[in-house]
Amino acid sequence: MVLLGSGIVLSIVVMTLIAPWISPYNPSALNVGPIRSPPSPQFPLGTNHLGQDMLSRVLCGGSIMLQVSVLSVFLCLAIGVPIGLVSSYVGGAVDKIFSLITDSIYAFPGLVLAITIAAMLGRGAVNMAISIAVVYIPSYFRIVRSHVLTIKELQYTVAARAIGAKWYTILFRYILPNVVPSILSVATVNFADATLTAAGLTFVGLGVTKDIPDWGWDLTDGRVLLPSGAWWVITFPGIMIILLALGFTLIGEGLSELLNPRLEQ
Amino acid sequence: MGLRSYIATRVLLTIPMIMLLLTFVFLIIRVLPGDPVLLHFEKAASPETMALMRQRLGLDKPLLDQYFAYLAGLLHGDLGKSMQDFSPIAQQIFSAFPATLELAIYSMIIAVGLGVFLGVRSSKSYNSVQDHSIRVFGIVMYAIPIFFLGMIFQLIFGVVLHWFPTGGRIYPGMEPSGLTIGGVHISTGLYTIDSLLEGNIIKFLQALRYLFLPSLTLGLVLCGVFIRLTRTNMLETLHLDFVTAAKARGLKERTVLYGYAFRNAFLPVLTMMGLQFAALLGGAILTETTFSWPGLGRYLVDRINFRDYTAIQGDVVFFGLLVALISLVVDILYAYFDPRIRL
Amino acid sequence: MPLLEVDSLTVEYWTRRGIIRAVDNVSFTLDKGEMLGLVGESGSGKSTLGHSLVHLLPTQGSIVGGHIRIGGKDVVGYSEEEMRSIRGEKIAFVFQDPMTSLNPVKKIGEHIIELIQTHKPNVSGEEALRFAEAALNDVGISTERINDYPHQFSGGMRQRIMIALAIALNPDIVIADEPTTALDVIVQAKIMDLLRDLCDAHGMALILITHDISVVLERCKKVIVMYAGNFVECADSVSLHNDPKHPYTQGLLRTVPNIELAEQRLEGITGSPPDLLDLPSGCRFWPRCPQAMEVCHMKGPPMVELENGRYVRCFLYGGLEQ
Repeated sequence: MVLLGSGIVLSIVVMTLIAPWISPYNPSALNVGPIRSPPSPQFPLGTNHLGQDMLSRVLCGGSIMLQVSVLSVFLCLAIGVPIGLVSSYVGGAVDKIFSLITDSIYAFPGLVLAITIAAMLGRGAVNMAISIAVVYIPSYFRIVRSHVLTIKELQYTVAARAIGAKWYTILFRYILPNVVPSILSVATVNFADATLTAAGLTFVGLGVTKDIPDWGWDLTDGRVLLPSGAWWVITFPGIMIILLALGFTLIGEGLSELLNPRLEQ
Repeated sequence: MGLRSYIATRVLLTIPMIMLLLTFVFLIIRVLPGDPVLLHFEKAASPETMALMRQRLGLDKPLLDQYFAYLAGLLHGDLGKSMQDFSPIAQQIFSAFPATLELAIYSMIIAVGLGVFLGVRSSKSYNSVQDHSIRVFGIVMYAIPIFFLGMIFQLIFGVVLHWFPTGGRIYPGMEPSGLTIGGVHISTGLYTIDSLLEGNIIKFLQALRYLFLPSLTLGLVLCGVFIRLTRTNMLETLHLDFVTAAKARGLKERTVLYGYAFRNAFLPVLTMMGLQFAALLGGAILTETTFSWPGLGRYLVDRINFRDYTAIQGDVVFFGLLVALISLVVDILYAYFDPRIRL
Repeated sequence: MPLLEVDSLTVEYWTRRGIIRAVDNVSFTLDKGEMLGLVGESGSGKSTLGHSLVHLLPTQGSIVGGHIRIGGKDVVGYSEEEMRSIRGEKIAFVFQDPMTSLNPVKKIGEHIIELIQTHKPNVSGEEALRFAEAALNDVGISTERINDYPHQFSGGMRQRIMIALAIALNPDIVIADEPTTALDVIVQAKIMDLLRDLCDAHGMALILITHDISVVLERCKKVIVMYAGNFVECADSVSLHNDPKHPYTQGLLRTVPNIELAEQRLEGITGSPPDLLDLPSGCRFWPRCPQAMEVCHMKGPPMVELENGRYVRCFLYGGLEQ
């Protein structure tokens, strides 16, 4: 399963990277073909209401989503993990405060929070990534914390303290390696969710500006074309988003099965 | 400890969380880059207009004063005034709330109903083709963007087949009005219930018809979680000692399956329902926008497009309080069902 | 006619590495009110035998041959529903781990009442309640605690509750599978005595499955020693204790500390039980047997009947002619 998932994700990444070279038309160029025409040999995926070629748009449209997912996961790792480690290791009032804050964020409906933050920050890929990161950091915090709390009391950690190991040594050499598998799990779910949330943000108008080709935009724009039955505008970008999210999810499922082999009865 | 003391403790713990939440929302709206009034007008508006707005909305006072006014207002059920027309936000929210509630209820019914049903079947036929297909179904469902699924349904069932309407909550003019007994008006705001109260079957059916696609969309996307959870829990529980011990006493299969296995496996489903409620509200935003469903989600999106920041604040606060309340209820229910938690 | 008659019973498990024959062609009888001890190490098949009597083998296990006759009727072919009707009522099972054998979300009183109402639907709620209270009394649990949940009891008390559930309907046979292994030593003795006293008082037959031979010697009239799926010795407890025939039994008895001896070296039995997928040729015990002879490597000894109803499976006592 991991292989299948990684395969999907990698192909999409590659496709996005080489897209500018292989797209038949400039995805943002207007009126390269007749408006709203169904798939045809010249335009295999049809055209939208602005006369843009859907095939080119589908090929190029993944870049924003990939960028946003990667950026948000990076932010989460850079902020969530260290805070989680230090806070739970230090314990006491500091830990309680951080726990309270992250629990409050965690309890909040993710999309609502992301939308609110994005609404305040404005449009753009970076802002999208930040909103998503804020929503996800508590998950990393919690999982790191639960591991740290367990390991902190285990014999070998106490022994390490007894021989005078410095706190950062303990954190990084003893605790961190144990936490990594769970972090990976959360990260893959994070990628998948980030993709879907990015699409959602774009759908409500908080995504990137219109001039950049993006699958989310195609879905939003394509909406008005539905009553006329122009199904091709939303279907192909939609499938791509599904594939991307699915790819990440499969990686996550595969990883968790590898790391926690289930009881075979 | 008994149930009552658990409830009391839990309620007390919720209060700091709510405070934190309110403060958080307050800060986001005001402290994040940009003065909300400025952002609202975007293009240059005359300084007088802006000052006037600030004054009317109380945004010209020092931050701390605003904070206390905000909190005080909340205690009275005052969620502020809209930037668009200075009308009370609370009113707008309360009129939009029932629509979202109705959508949420039916979506949850579909999600849990379908999810648990498939999860139990999956666990009973472990490792079979049925088991694997159900699991795949759950995974794929989760990966579909809600609005995309919604649009596909609109396309297939609405535009092509004409079986269901593609938007709105009911045909204009057909809103049910509930029941009036001796001068007392009873209405829940939920069209399905109100139409039944009114005794009008046609309105009831129509309400269902409009509800169908949106709740199906939301329900399907969320059911994946329940499939997986039910399946895992049933698999584990069916092999536990006390289930075998129950069989050894000659208890009936139905008793064992439901009174022993399911009752123990069900508890996490209950918690999950509470957790998923938050996701439900988030998903409702997208679903409502897609289907033009006049609920809180669409209200939020509307207000964003309008750059009506005070309304956004009000709506988000409402969301937060709602989720906190539901979590509280779920935790209490859980303690009721699982006596071990109360210790 | 004996209450229980097991005849050439064979039970196998399917595993990825192959098929394990956990119980190989065993036979024994149990009379009304008789107390039988079944002794063996881990992996001897004793637990499997116990579970097979009530058809509660795990999914990979199945009875592949032989008969189990309860009151003359062979239950090997019984359907799940037929088994269900005799479980609890005719034949009861006490499990090893009391910590996990009770339903966490049901009060203990409900456990008993539910049991009664399942098997005797005509009993009224009130009667069932009184019955439950009496059952708890019998096992030494205060009736005030009838509305408490399992997690509020200690291990020893939970096992008492399990015993109460087992004897509540006065079954003919009670099978206790290592009922005290999960408990500490002091509680062990109490629970064992409780079991024996209750069975005595109600005239129930008891099959006590354990790895601890000292426990059965005190309390059971008849003892069967099991090794690697076979019965190796069968005798009344007094004779077994004073004059153990099979080398394995002798080894087991040597492992029991004797408080009267001033100096005693505890001896274990060398080696470990065989891998059931790779059994030694001939007698299964020969690699560990201090008295192994040539013939033991080559043929498996049959069960031989000695005087006064004793049986041994060992060439030292006969069986070479066959």
